[in-house]
Amino acid sequence: MRKTCLDMVYELAKRDERIVFIGSDLGVGTLKQFKAEMPERFLMEGVSEANVVGMAAGMALEGKIVYVNTIATFLTRRCFEQVALDLCLHKANVRLIGNGGGVVYAPLGPTHEAIEDVAIFRALPRMTIIAVADAEEMKRMMPKTVDHAGPIYIRLGKGGDPVVTNSNLPFEINKAFPMREGADALIVSTGIMLKAALDAATALAGAGIEAAVLHAPVIKPFDQETFLELARPVPVVVSVEEHSIIGGLGSAIAEILAESDFDSPKRFRRVGLPDAFPDQYGSQASLLKRYDVTAEHLVSVVQTLAKTKAVPA
Amino acid sequence: MTKAPPVNKTPLDKRSRELRCQIIRMLQKGGRGHVGSAFSLVEMLRVLYDDVLRFDPKNPRSPQRDRFILSKGHGCLALYVLLAEKGFFPEAELWKFCKPDGMLGGHPEYGKVPGIEASTGSLGHGLPIGVGFALNAKCSKANYRTFVICSDGESNEGSLWEAALCASKHKLSDLTVLVDYNKQQSYSTTYEVLDLEPYADKWRAFGFAVEEVDGHDVAQIRAACKRLPLEPGKPSAIICHTIKGKGISFVENNLNWHHKNKVSDDEVKNLLAELEVKE
Repeated sequence: MRKTCLDMVYELAKRDERIVFIGSDLGVGTLKQFKAEMPERFLMEGVSEANVVGMAAGMALEGKIVYVNTIATFLTRRCFEQVALDLCLHKANVRLIGNGGGVVYAPLGPTHEAIEDVAIFRALPRMTIIAVADAEEMKRMMPKTVDHAGPIYIRLGKGGDPVVTNSNLPFEINKAFPMREGADALIVSTGIMLKAALDAATALAGAGIEAAVLHAPVIKPFDQETFLELARPVPVVVSVEEHSIIGGLGSAIAEILAESDFDSPKRFRRVGLPDAFPDQYGSQASLLKRYDVTAEHLVSVVQTLAKTKAVPA
Repeated sequence: MTKAPPVNKTPLDKRSRELRCQIIRMLQKGGRGHVGSAFSLVEMLRVLYDDVLRFDPKNPRSPQRDRFILSKGHGCLALYVLLAEKGFFPEAELWKFCKPDGMLGGHPEYGKVPGIEASTGSLGHGLPIGVGFALNAKCSKANYRTFVICSDGESNEGSLWEAALCASKHKLSDLTVLVDYNKQQSYSTTYEVLDLEPYADKWRAFGFAVEEVDGHDVAQIRAACKRLPLEPGKPSAIICHTIKGKGISFVENNLNWHHKNKVSDDEVKNLLAELEVKE
């Protein structure tokens, strides 16, 4: 999805002169064609994220639509104040494309692992946060970013992530998408965790538990209406994300559940990364396994909750 | 290294004193404000708005206007006085400074105040945004110019120097930084807190064409601005040597007046008395 995302920036830029690309110090050859064909709108500005975000804001205030790309941790942690003030306060049309959302950069360690990026950006007024499931969804999502008002954070997966969506599905930057029906439980996923959610639902069906799956690529603004519609009839809700359990999708859902007056109580769990800096290297897959962010663990969590009897009031 | 020129000791002219009186009246109404910081840049702003910037207060977003960012947003009292005087908003707004029903706060806000191009207040943001403005002009072949006023204390911020590198890389000759170099920051002198010297040489090393002027001598500031860009193909930096609190003996270089709360009527009387304006 990473390659698709940048390819889309190039395709969109060809059709729209407002589009500018700014990288920090990306890999050699990144968007070579973009640079060759539209050099005045291709900028590579060095390891200076504070300036990159500030100048992107300046260009956006002048009518440009600016796509900024670097590693997710540097876009979120490093220049948080620039994002808050230069982008959100000014409602600047800047799209931050963060490479390596979650533990993609497992071999590189905690400096490069974006485990709380969604949490800190979710707290920013006017910020939109998107984590698509695969390259196919990226293709449908990117055109929607052009005329969207205000800043957007686009959280990228590793690249080569299995394709689980299809071209018939819609995409809107305020919607979550029901991917499977089920009366016993609801699994809500974001980003590449859609695959884990769907795999878990299939396995659960084999065990006699019908789990619905809601895919929420747009974490903010979260589609509360669709979520509540799906959550209302089921007794069990589980969220899954490649992100700290603090402040991300699970927290967004917990906040809504806590403030909803359901007729019957829900049993709810967050599946995600623990409140810790990852303490091993390896791969994205090995870290997700270590921290139980897997389809297998989802199955076990849903099964346990489905068997739990409600405590009488 | 260039030696800093001495700051002119000649008295302020009537216009400079009148502008300072308006600032004091705002301070009186609002009960607070960064007085010393505002007083050190009155002449810089006065020259920009009287002689340099192209603007149309009736159409503050006119595409042809020059862009100006007060990156040291805490100096906004002086800016508000000039914007009101030029007709961007009614003078009555000045007297609602920091009030719940006012639009003028302790730092200038984009989208709220006509004539404000960027919200500033946290230091080190104005120059990167200004670089974006100037780069946009360059790649869109627009003919506006961009001016940013930074402070010396603000030059502690790394983001300012990131932006300086970027401005020089792109040869943004239509970008001008004016630095209010009063050598005082909140806690103490810039020499003690985080020495910037050799300051002009730093800007040169970052690829700027530099001129140093007496920041209270309107003729010197005007002359430097007339020569912009100072060198072809380079962004310009005009380092304005100033005195924090300039114009009032007990405020000049007095850090207690960097930001002032609860200004009493007696203090206001004394401030105005020094500027020889009868209320």
